[in-house]
Amino acid sequence: MIEARNLRKGFDTQPVLDGVSFRIENGESVAIIGRSGCGKSVLLKLLIGLLPADAGEALIDGENIVPMNERQLLRVRRKFGMVFQGSALFDSMTVAENVAFGLRRHEHLTEAEIARRVAGALDMVDLPGTENKQSAELSGGMRKRVGLARAIIYEPQIVLYDEPTTGLDPIASDSIDQLMARVRDQLKVTTMVVTHDMRTARRIGQRVLMLHDKRIYASGPADEFFASPDPVVRQFIDGVADPKEHLP
Amino acid sequence: MAGLFANQRVTEALAELGGIALLAKEAGSSLFKWRVAWRDLLYQIFSIGVKSQPVVLVTGAFTGMVLAAQTYIQFHQVKMDTATLAVVSVAMCSELGPVLTALMVAGRVGAAMAAEIGTMRVTEQIDALRALATHPVDYLVVPRLIAAHLALPLLTAESIVVGILGGYFVSVNLLGIEPVYLWYNMLKYTHDADVVIGLIKAFIYGGIIALIGCYKGLTCKLGAEGVGQATTEAVVYSSITILIANFFLTLVLDKIAGAL
Repeated sequence: MIEARNLRKGFDTQPVLDGVSFRIENGESVAIIGRSGCGKSVLLKLLIGLLPADAGEALIDGENIVPMNERQLLRVRRKFGMVFQGSALFDSMTVAENVAFGLRRHEHLTEAEIARRVAGALDMVDLPGTENKQSAELSGGMRKRVGLARAIIYEPQIVLYDEPTTGLDPIASDSIDQLMARVRDQLKVTTMVVTHDMRTARRIGQRVLMLHDKRIYASGPADEFFASPDPVVRQFIDGVADPKEHLP
Repeated sequence: MAGLFANQRVTEALAELGGIALLAKEAGSSLFKWRVAWRDLLYQIFSIGVKSQPVVLVTGAFTGMVLAAQTYIQFHQVKMDTATLAVVSVAMCSELGPVLTALMVAGRVGAAMAAEIGTMRVTEQIDALRALATHPVDYLVVPRLIAAHLALPLLTAESIVVGILGGYFVSVNLLGIEPVYLWYNMLKYTHDADVVIGLIKAFIYGGIIALIGCYKGLTCKLGAEGVGQATTEAVVYSSITILIANFFLTLVLDKIAGAL
């Protein structure tokens, strides 16, 4: 279970999040949407402790991570898998070394067992047989898939996606959406996806939270959210710069 | 205005010093809990030690050669030609060997550490490490710190040897000094303590290079300019720190060696 209570975060004197509160139950799949720069990625990083919150509480299974130091956070982070916007693959490593990184660091497994688990994770993201490729040789979509394989290989309870389809063509985006849905359904993980891609939000989010003006502006089950008459929500969903403009 | 600027620079310098001290403390405590990743450690020893050999050997050899030539020019006037190699040897062992080796390694390795870790920071690879429940100090800093501590004394020893051999070659073959007395005086005036002091200094400089290089990488500003600035600062700060530390280490270690 993930819960944010009155989370605040600013950079220098500029507040980015000011009193963000919500709760996500185990196994739930939530899309966080909002305009560029509204603090979606910051919120995700606060929940895994990659950024320190200025105030408020971030509860992971009831444990507040805000006052924890980096070493204490390592234990909590083992519950998470995170897929980064730019994939953040270790560029000096092969695909297999990237995917196996978490296993090698935290579990005492034989090389044969590691190879078996890596092959399984790569199969799941539709990249079988790519173990020996260098990460620099991969396309944007492949990098996202390898990032996902690395995130799920040690079977986390929660998977966080930071703009998983940004920079991909529509077909690659669609395949990443399918992949996220498959991971969610097969592994029964709690899923949080930060996106401004409405198609991704519809496909992955059973519930949608919208960040606006430094806080959660609107939230609800996906069907209700996308039918919302609220002008701010509608403007974002329809992608209209001028709300008075009528789309054909 | 100038006072405010100076004040700000002093505050920044003190904050950086504090940051490096905290990194050293974190690395020190991590060292005792560290599960040795032999592959990472060996790679760093290869990268810091083996790959630095050409530049260190060339520096050591030519330093020994020029020192022999300069010393001969002065000593020849007072008929002390055969003491030339003794001067080269003592200087290489206790001062020039460790300091020049450290400066060359700071330029090659300190810059590379800052650039590599800085690029990892800019491309979110450090965040990825942390998200994979791995402390960046455990994974990035500790292997580099151990490798630098081990590699610097070995590189310094090599530098001392080639420096003395270079000085011997110049003294005997170019300056025509009698080789037996040259070698005899070198052995007579070079003490074990000179060698030990040089190696202790090198061990400490290894830590300085690794800590400053890693610190600059871990705290670099985002963007290509940030990585460039971190790289430059890693070399400049390491070099200055080594030169300042050398002065105090010389005083302290000579005092200790004298008391023993």
